[in-house]
Amino acid sequence: MLSSILSSLPQVLIDGLALGAIYAVVALGYTMVYGILELINFAHGEVFMTGAFVGTATLFIFDDAGFLSSAPGWIVYFLVILISMIITGLLGVLIERIAYRPLRRAPKLISLISAIGVSFVLQDLIRFIAELITGNYIVSGISLFRGTFELGTSSLSSTFNDSFVKNNTFIIIGVAILLMLALDLFVNRTKWGVAMRAVAQDRETASLMSINVNKVIVLTFFIGSALGGATGVLFAQQYGTIDPYIGYILGLKAFTAAVLGGIGNIRGAMFGGLAIGLLEMFASANLGLITHGNFGSEYKDVFAFAILILVLIFKPEGLFGRAVKEKV
Amino acid sequence: MSLLEMKQVQAYYGGIHALKGIDLAVEEGEIVSLIGSNGAGKSTTLKAICGQVKTKGTISFAGKEIQAQPPHATALSGIAHVPEGRRIFPKLTVKENLEMGAFSVRDKKVIRERIERAFAHFPRLKERYHQQGGTMSGGEQQMLAIARAMMMKPRILLLDEPSMGLAPVMVDQIFEIIEELNREGTTILLVEQNAYQALQIASRGYVIQTGEIIMQDSARALLHSELVKEAYLA
Ligand SMILES: Nc1ncnc2c1ncn2[C@@H]1O[C@H](COP(=O)(O)OP(=O)(O)OP(=O)(O)O)[C@@H](O)[C@H]1O
Ligand SMILES: [Mg+2]
Repeated sequence: MLSSILSSLPQVLIDGLALGAIYAVVALGYTMVYGILELINFAHGEVFMTGAFVGTATLFIFDDAGFLSSAPGWIVYFLVILISMIITGLLGVLIERIAYRPLRRAPKLISLISAIGVSFVLQDLIRFIAELITGNYIVSGISLFRGTFELGTSSLSSTFNDSFVKNNTFIIIGVAILLMLALDLFVNRTKWGVAMRAVAQDRETASLMSINVNKVIVLTFFIGSALGGATGVLFAQQYGTIDPYIGYILGLKAFTAAVLGGIGNIRGAMFGGLAIGLLEMFASANLGLITHGNFGSEYKDVFAFAILILVLIFKPEGLFGRAVKEKV
Repeated sequence: MSLLEMKQVQAYYGGIHALKGIDLAVEEGEIVSLIGSNGAGKSTTLKAICGQVKTKGTISFAGKEIQAQPPHATALSGIAHVPEGRRIFPKLTVKENLEMGAFSVRDKKVIRERIERAFAHFPRLKERYHQQGGTMSGGEQQMLAIARAMMMKPRILLLDEPSMGLAPVMVDQIFEIIEELNREGTTILLVEQNAYQALQIASRGYVIQTGEIIMQDSARALLHSELVKEAYLA
């Protein structure tokens, strides 16, 4: 058993890293908004989903315009991500304005219900538009980098098998790392980034420093949502087919990642996402083996949530959270 | 015309009538002390000036009515507020805390100069430059809070109980700094429970009780008044 777990390990690591990168970037959106408003933005999974649809639609439009055959794939990929980020960023700002800002002084539970409402509205809206245009709410998009790459991991050690990796997997890992680095730099090195942390730590005092708190909140929603939208594009490229409900489970897992890393903590969310992605891939590859076929890979989701429950029992503030009130 | 003037300012927290018509003025260049016991409405008065609580009545600053302005706008117009309990950003470094004080300043060179000035007043901050604000001692945090407020080069500095919780030596040091900042041209409105020291450095003072100004006079006169002696200098 051990040898077959080991032989698939390189494959599990690479796929887990890619999945974890997706969770990590989506988790950032949850954790940033929570850091500022102490609000769980449950609509964030749907922002991710909207990003997937915007990216797919943009590719169709590029294709109709004959752009796909004339421009190099990586330029198209970059443009699609950029457009998707801008649109989902604005969507996030709109959601804050309509669904959260009027409720800012209301109990948090009310905002939470508002967030769930926004989720349903987005699912139905995207479903309606997709059906209107394509006749079906399940949409198969255009893949930019189709090929698969064979990694000679067996040459590292004879216990390993070779790994087969979609080209897009490398793109996911690369783009996710770039986005996380960019956010980390922004939050730690720029004036508005530091202001964002200041607002998260003490909103009232930040306003005494002439920081316009509403602007910072809008900026937070824009960035968090744009990150979600970019991930949606990566996801659509990886799996080819999307539907309006892909944001639900993925959003829950990304949220789990945010809690695992200590909600409100940006680096924690990155770590949490990677951890959950790796564990999930490991479970999916080996659960059947370990349990002698009693539990198959379909139980991998149980795994993620079991981890969440364990963490909440033993370290409710998350792995990197502090017991004191501290955010972002 | 006074630099800062409050006329019949009222404030409520839900059903609590915290300010019941405050009249108060601060002239350019003065140190004015506002003294009173716990719950009298001292902090609320400062919050009213900054736009942190909803008020009735008028508050004017440098000839402009500001009672409807949100806090970030009052800060922009030249009012710096060192809030009760210092309120340092605990997870930001000293450097970042200072930079947040200068949030409205675009010119990096000006920020650099003001940080140097802060070091001149508070050499301790230079040693602690990259330390997280929340890990500093109470006295250091109070210095940082004042230095942070001065980063915006305010026309008036509102100080809410800067001596709270500090050892006597540190209290003396803070009061010296306040006088020094005033000599350098900053007008100061000082809220204190430590009435004796607050009145010693002030030119005038107000006494507030349950949301009303019950006395106002020169600081010297207040120091010798029976009422103040009995209630606040005991
Ligand atoms: N956020 C709030 N909600 C409700 N009531 C408040 C709030 N803040 C202050 N109060 C009430 O308003 C009154 C004035 O409070 P304020 O904080 O201005 O007093 P203070 O003079 O600063 O007292 P201290 O010396 O203890 O700081 C008090 O009765 C207080 O209980
Ligand atoms: Mg007070």
